[in-house]
Amino acid sequence: MRELADYSLEPGGDGGATLAFHGPMVVSGIGPVDRKLRELDQAIARVDLSQVESLDTVGAWTAWRVARDHDAEIVGGSDEANRLIEAVKASEGKGEIRPERGNLAERVPEAVGEMVSGWGEGSKGVIGFLGAIVVAIGSVIRHPRRFRMKSLVRQIELVGVSSLGIIGLMSFLIGIVVAQQGAVQLEQFGAEIYTINLTGRLCLRELGVLMTAIMVAGRSGSAFAAQLGTMKLTEEIDAMRTIGVSPMEALVLPRILAAVLMLPLLGFYSAVVAIIGGAFIANFALDIPFFTFLTRIQEVVPIHDLWVSLVKAPVFGLIVALAGCYNGMQVKANAEEVGLRTTAAVVMAIFMVIVLDAFFAIFFTEVGWA
Amino acid sequence: MNEAVEQSGHARELNLEEFTGEYPIRVRGLSTSFGEQVVHEGLDLDVKKGEILGVVGGSGTGKSVLMRSIIGLQIPDEGEIEVLGRSITDAQDDDDIDIRSRWGVLFQGGALFSTLTVAENVEVPLKEFYPEISPALMDEIARYKVVLSGLPEEATSKYPAELSGGMKKRAGLARALALDPELLFLDEPTAGLDPIGAAAFDELIVELKRAMDLTVFLITHDLDTLYEICDRVAVIADRKVIAVGTIPELLATDHEWIQEYFNGPRGRAAKATKDRLESAAKPAKGKPVDTPAKAGA
Repeated sequence: MRELADYSLEPGGDGGATLAFHGPMVVSGIGPVDRKLRELDQAIARVDLSQVESLDTVGAWTAWRVARDHDAEIVGGSDEANRLIEAVKASEGKGEIRPERGNLAERVPEAVGEMVSGWGEGSKGVIGFLGAIVVAIGSVIRHPRRFRMKSLVRQIELVGVSSLGIIGLMSFLIGIVVAQQGAVQLEQFGAEIYTINLTGRLCLRELGVLMTAIMVAGRSGSAFAAQLGTMKLTEEIDAMRTIGVSPMEALVLPRILAAVLMLPLLGFYSAVVAIIGGAFIANFALDIPFFTFLTRIQEVVPIHDLWVSLVKAPVFGLIVALAGCYNGMQVKANAEEVGLRTTAAVVMAIFMVIVLDAFFAIFFTEVGWA
Repeated sequence: MNEAVEQSGHARELNLEEFTGEYPIRVRGLSTSFGEQVVHEGLDLDVKKGEILGVVGGSGTGKSVLMRSIIGLQIPDEGEIEVLGRSITDAQDDDDIDIRSRWGVLFQGGALFSTLTVAENVEVPLKEFYPEISPALMDEIARYKVVLSGLPEEATSKYPAELSGGMKKRAGLARALALDPELLFLDEPTAGLDPIGAAAFDELIVELKRAMDLTVFLITHDLDTLYEICDRVAVIADRKVIAVGTIPELLATDHEWIQEYFNGPRGRAAKATKDRLESAAKPAKGKPVDTPAKAGA
């Protein structure tokens, strides 16, 4: 057990008692005696330190505070003790420990208001950011030598090549699920052959590119936000600016371009793998031979399904990269914000992708690419 | 609150046996390498109780790595490190935890928890080791430690992002001192401070050392700091400590790097300042301002 400090009270004649501390008056032993002292309600004339075994600044502070609160005099301290007491006495501070917070009735409307105005600010900010990207593209077109090819290639590797494995696996499994579940339903009216139509069209037109966009938002959008946010915190981005390197050109543009270029390819790849997954399960579970499935795909899937997905994919790529880079560049102050902004980037990207996907679905049907 | 600094809330069983030996820090045969790069090879170092030991060496000679090894953040390839009589190198993570209540560490950039205010930063170690202390005393301790470290009292409620570099160092020092440690590790405390601020910081450390009976392990490049406050200086070069002693003792050695370091233009200027201050102080006060050097050979 730890040794604890304590005190004893000896009644004195004039004006009050003598409070004598004993034991170790150090941070490890002060907790209980401090609580006791705060409830002490008695006149004290003297604080006696002569029986104290050891004293640190916390003990000195406690002794001095008791003396101050009871208007008492400190006696019996060694030279060292008196020096410590002088040191802490001179250091008394009155500052707030944490910033003041209003009561709940004020904080809730304030938080709601901040959130709403934050949406407004956020949308304005994103549009401004998009504008800055356009400006950066313009200046890179005028000065093609400023374009960072290496950086773009690196981002293409990170966004595209290194996600082939996980996207392939995901798509294969989704193809299996769609084909198998579709077959179960279609079988009920003897139309299981339409499983091929279902798998082919759904994966090529919708799921391939949508799931890819979600995966890229989770993999790369978050990485963009976290990386740029950390660079912002460590002043790397400020350093770039002072050297004359535009962070827009050097950091944001390669990431946006990589995502815009890679998403159509990844989306198409995803659709192909999903169809293979469907054909695979059809071969075993539905008695449709693998190659028959693939041949039928060519007959039942109209080519405009491919165009639909190829139109959507770069837009989704832009949204994912934009959300990541924008949120990353908004980080300031502390590490917690990197986390919050990364979350915001992913949520924003996935939400916008799904909203736009719904829009595209209706739009393309209306223009006749049903 | 950030989860990294959330408190566990129950008191720890701490072994706070008083250290009675002569050397609170003993390093024997320390070897550290990062891949191909060998940082330390057979490094020995003793830090005496109650001294301020300055550690110098060229950039990249492993001063910070040595400090990180002593405080258990860097596991060495070989060697023995004892802090306050207990082995750091053999310790499992939980065994050596109570030693951490007896040292304070100031990192180069302050390393404050960015989601907490300065005062809350100071309270983190207090809450972690002594949760039985009442919140009122906790707040009082945080306030006086902040002022003791040379910050204005309003600074307590500021967030690290709102502080200047020098203020961050002082706030870091306040947190390092939170538990009234026996050992204080300072990594370049005066780097990046203005000369007046640096001199004040030096004075503060001497003051605190005297008041709180500290042993200080101080990494620095600041020659003024070395001359003003260090009892002994350890020089790291060629992957080991090549010399330890007072500055006059070091000057008596004929190692090339030491000579160049202390006799370069900056070294001479710092020495001149020190001499001037001493000759000015002697007739006035009759004795040197500095703490008596228990150090020596």
